[in-house]
Amino acid sequence: MKSWRWTIPLAIFVVLLAFLWTGLGRDPSVVPSPLIGKPAPAFRLAQLHKPEASLQPDDLKGKVWLLNVWASWCVSCREEHPLLLQLAKSDLLPIYGLDYKDKTEQALGWLRQNGDPYTASIIDADGRVGIDYGVYGVPETFLIDKAGIIRYKQIGPLTVEALKSKIIPLARELQK
Amino acid sequence: MSPRALCAAALAVVMLTATATAMDPAADALDARLKRLESELRCLVCQNQTLADSNADLAADLRREVRALATSGKSDDEIRAYLVARYGDFVLYDPPLKRTTWLLWLGPFGLLCGGAAVWWIVLRRRSREQVATKASDEASAARARALLETEDDLPV
Repeated sequence: MKSWRWTIPLAIFVVLLAFLWTGLGRDPSVVPSPLIGKPAPAFRLAQLHKPEASLQPDDLKGKVWLLNVWASWCVSCREEHPLLLQLAKSDLLPIYGLDYKDKTEQALGWLRQNGDPYTASIIDADGRVGIDYGVYGVPETFLIDKAGIIRYKQIGPLTVEALKSKIIPLARELQK
Repeated sequence: MSPRALCAAALAVVMLTATATAMDPAADALDARLKRLESELRCLVCQNQTLADSNADLAADLRREVRALATSGKSDDEIRAYLVARYGDFVLYDPPLKRTTWLLWLGPFGLLCGGAAVWWIVLRRRSREQVATKASDEASAARARALLETEDDLPV
């Protein structure tokens, strides 16, 4: 009995260490979305560049597409913007922008200044569609499959790592 | 109008509007209900604040949404379900018991049971040791007595 007793505190310590270590590596501001695997919530919103035309998720059935939530007031949107431009140029999949709680003039100006990676942007002036998508920290990006199911959500700016390891491989897979 | 009369008039207006707003019991009940509901909901932007306390933009939007749902006749549970469907269980300060929250809910009881078990083992061992020391005490007392009795025989 005596010979293995010293392993008990050691085991407790190791378990505690494992918990703390994983806790350290996690970002508390990233809350897993309950929408993954669920149909993209419906909306019908006016387009930023063509206010007379509207867009809804059903229009995009049969395509794998990205919905990127952005705003001209959003600081970290600038951070991910070059990646979005690059992704748009690669023609892998269409990127649609949800212009979240923004002023149309400022949004248009922002896109003129920084480049427009979006096939189309839609205006969510009061943020209601954002709420339906569980948006709480702009920018956020949703990968939506051909059947209109949300497959992946990136909270916060896109990174090269997230694109390379998750979004691009998953998009290619879903396009098959 | 003299400044004094102006003051009196202003005061009268303030008091009238105050009583007018305080006299609507239905609105008061709704406010109280929303206040209670919002203090059970987490603001996702500033995670340690409730929806009721937070000044974040999103919290204001969600409060507006919660109020709209409440006035359209939705129950508290339906409003909670509406938010959970969008933001996950994380919005609830009181998360439900389900598979992913077993550890959260039952973990403390597990730790308590573990602690009780250790305590019990220690107590049992200690009482056993006490019996053993008591026995050895008796043995040494007998030896001491024997030594005392034979003291005279010691070669001095």
